[in-house]
Amino acid sequence: MNHETLLEVRDLTLALPGGGDRAHAVEALSFELAANEILCIVGESGSGKSMTAHALMGLLPRAVRPVGGEIRYRGRDVLTMSPAESRALRGGRIGMIFQEPMTALNPLVRVGRQIEEMLELHTELDRAARRTRVLELLEAVGLPNPPELARAYPFKLSGGQRQRVMIAIALAAEPDVLIADEPTTALDVTTQQQILELIGRLQTERGMGVIFITHDFGVVAEIADRVAVMRHGRIVEQGSADEVLNRPQHPYTRTLIAAVPHGLHHRDEPPPAGPPLLVAKDLRKTFRVGGGWLGGGREVRAADGISLEIRPGETVGLVGESGSGKSTLGRAIVGLMKPDAGQILFEGVDLLALKPNAFRPYRRHVQMVFQDPYASLNPRHTVGDIIAQGPVAFGEDRDKALARARELLGLVGLDASAAERFPHEFSGGQRQRISIARALALDPRLLIADEPVSALDVSVQAQVLALLETIRKRLELSMLFITHDLRIAARICDRVAVMQRGRIVELKTARELFENPEHPYTRTLLDAIPGRGWQVPDALVAAEAQRLAV
Amino acid sequence: MKSFWTTFSRNRGAVIGLAVLALVVLVALCADLLYPGSPWDMATAPFQPPLSEGFPLGSDLLGRDIAAGLAHGARVSLLIGLVSTAVALALGVSLGALAGYFGGAVDDAIMRVTEFFQTIPNFVLAVVLVAIFTPSIGSIVAAIAIVSWPPLARLARAEFLSLRSREFVQAAITSGQTHATIIFRQILPNSLSPIIVSGSLMVATAILLESSLSFLGLGDPNLMSWGFMIGAARTVIRQAWWMSFFPGVAILVTVLAINLIGEGLNDAMNPRLARARQ
Repeated sequence: MNHETLLEVRDLTLALPGGGDRAHAVEALSFELAANEILCIVGESGSGKSMTAHALMGLLPRAVRPVGGEIRYRGRDVLTMSPAESRALRGGRIGMIFQEPMTALNPLVRVGRQIEEMLELHTELDRAARRTRVLELLEAVGLPNPPELARAYPFKLSGGQRQRVMIAIALAAEPDVLIADEPTTALDVTTQQQILELIGRLQTERGMGVIFITHDFGVVAEIADRVAVMRHGRIVEQGSADEVLNRPQHPYTRTLIAAVPHGLHHRDEPPPAGPPLLVAKDLRKTFRVGGGWLGGGREVRAADGISLEIRPGETVGLVGESGSGKSTLGRAIVGLMKPDAGQILFEGVDLLALKPNAFRPYRRHVQMVFQDPYASLNPRHTVGDIIAQGPVAFGEDRDKALARARELLGLVGLDASAAERFPHEFSGGQRQRISIARALALDPRLLIADEPVSALDVSVQAQVLALLETIRKRLELSMLFITHDLRIAARICDRVAVMQRGRIVELKTARELFENPEHPYTRTLLDAIPGRGWQVPDALVAAEAQRLAV
Repeated sequence: MKSFWTTFSRNRGAVIGLAVLALVVLVALCADLLYPGSPWDMATAPFQPPLSEGFPLGSDLLGRDIAAGLAHGARVSLLIGLVSTAVALALGVSLGALAGYFGGAVDDAIMRVTEFFQTIPNFVLAVVLVAIFTPSIGSIVAAIAIVSWPPLARLARAEFLSLRSREFVQAAITSGQTHATIIFRQILPNSLSPIIVSGSLMVATAILLESSLSFLGLGDPNLMSWGFMIGAARTVIRQAWWMSFFPGVAILVTVLAINLIGEGLNDAMNPRLARARQ
């Protein structure tokens, strides 16, 4: 097989504009990409991995300047090329796929036409040959009915289909290097699996070199031949997939891998018994999308007869892909949304039948932790205020509430002095801790966590999950944990409910669900977990458990 | 606050605008000291050109001092500009906030009323209102406020609509805070920036509206104003250009200054846009 070196990066240093928190986006970066291989660049947010990809494509933002090193494509320096040469390279010899398929296509141009544009720019084909080639490409990326699809506008396509079209565009000019910048991060697991398979297949068929940028070690285990781990703009470790995944050397790589949610390490206490704290009975909710006064539009069934029990001290996981209706249940319980039918019984009282004034006391008992740590804290209030607002609304003395806020900050592992500062001074993980402290301020009995870690880096995810687990134990809370990630559900939940199209298709203890999935959809989901053939090395797991325990 | 001034002062136009406006305000405040007595009094012979003895800007048809008229007119213009904008802000923001926060029927009702006002040409409505309620400073302020609140209501509504679905507002709802607390403590402070920016630009529009009304002879008959001076001098514009020129320049410079300030505020209060421009 051909293993010619395609891309060679030597001592690349990119300078950031002054005034930022660091001087270089990437520093002394060196790696190579050969034909017939997939190189995964792994790193957390801010590690410089996307900037590297953009530098390879000659797409650096104006403020970022290369100050040292070189990028060579088959011996030619990419950084010193003329704009015309650079354009011919971009899209012609090096193709790129982006993270967000929803915005990467021009919404007003038919799909076929967008692929054809690439052929016009980079090939000598005539009109008829281009048309044929477009259909071949759509076929190659596994899209059904290419002739019809070529005439469709992007809005008619699902996220996975759009990402396939993006891949077709990237491959149109038969490049020998493909750069994929987190191409599956915005997709559901099952779609992610298909796209990963597609990229793997196309890479082998065409003998391309692929640079695959990701934050997810599961994905790395799935497709990588070689791995480079980046942190703060530097490559800290580089080697074959087997070496890096199973025998990582650098401490940072070891922490990252240990933080990957893995297997069932479950709490040993007997499953809690007693009367349920909360019972949802046959909840139904239909949203109408589009349409006007006179009707029309499309109906989406977010809840189609959901029934669920949460017992005291129990953590119930609600797992599903986007649009499965998993958030609807959580929002209905905290009263942010009114279902069309059904009952929500909290200790036997139907919350949905209550008038707003009678419902208000129950708000204390059910609190929510939101998904986006950047949107869930009011940017104009101090952290202390944010936490104290709930108790103050329920008539607590302001000074007492603030004192309690400081205690809670200690409980979630932040310094009490954080109370005087504003949310923007904190990182994503710290903000999520503040969010948890706010939810705890009202001494709730049930905590609803709606994707509380999906916006966080892996290493921070592990810490926040450990915090939730500690707090749940210490305060004897019940928890409804909503997530799209089965690995995370397995880590924290006693029982897991799998949702699909507004229905719970399977509900059993986490262990049973993983060992003995019955519903075909559950099996599909389990199979789609990236990196399921790879086990996080045991030594790392033990070390991580120790670190989190301290 | 410090970073606000740094960003604001980075926009050179805004700083110049602020300086000019400060000068106009100073002149308005000192009008009685600089030109004691009524600006309506005859001070010299009519039709004195600029730079004549003691009257640097000349005199008008009836021998009134144009400089004195400008100084006293600045008071009226600024006063009406600020007060009518304040009234329009109070009206527009509260209606918009209610519409955006509660949505549904409340939103529908308020927005239909807003649209009703927006279908009538601003100036025509203002003329009609002032004509009906007899020209006085009160009726002029009211008329200007009534024609300028709808855009502010729409803006406030849009802000409230988008902020209402933000997670920190939902968190406030789940922690049992009342509607009033959520509106005033959570949403309003976060929606103020664009409202202040368009409010500042509205001061300029209000000054222009007042001038136009006075030009048509619908100004307060007891108060000297820039628009009135231009209106009175329009018949002799070919013989005595200065009578309409200087008040015209005063209007232009003041409105321009306020617009520049508004733009600077926009840069300073929308950090995202300002950063993109760097």
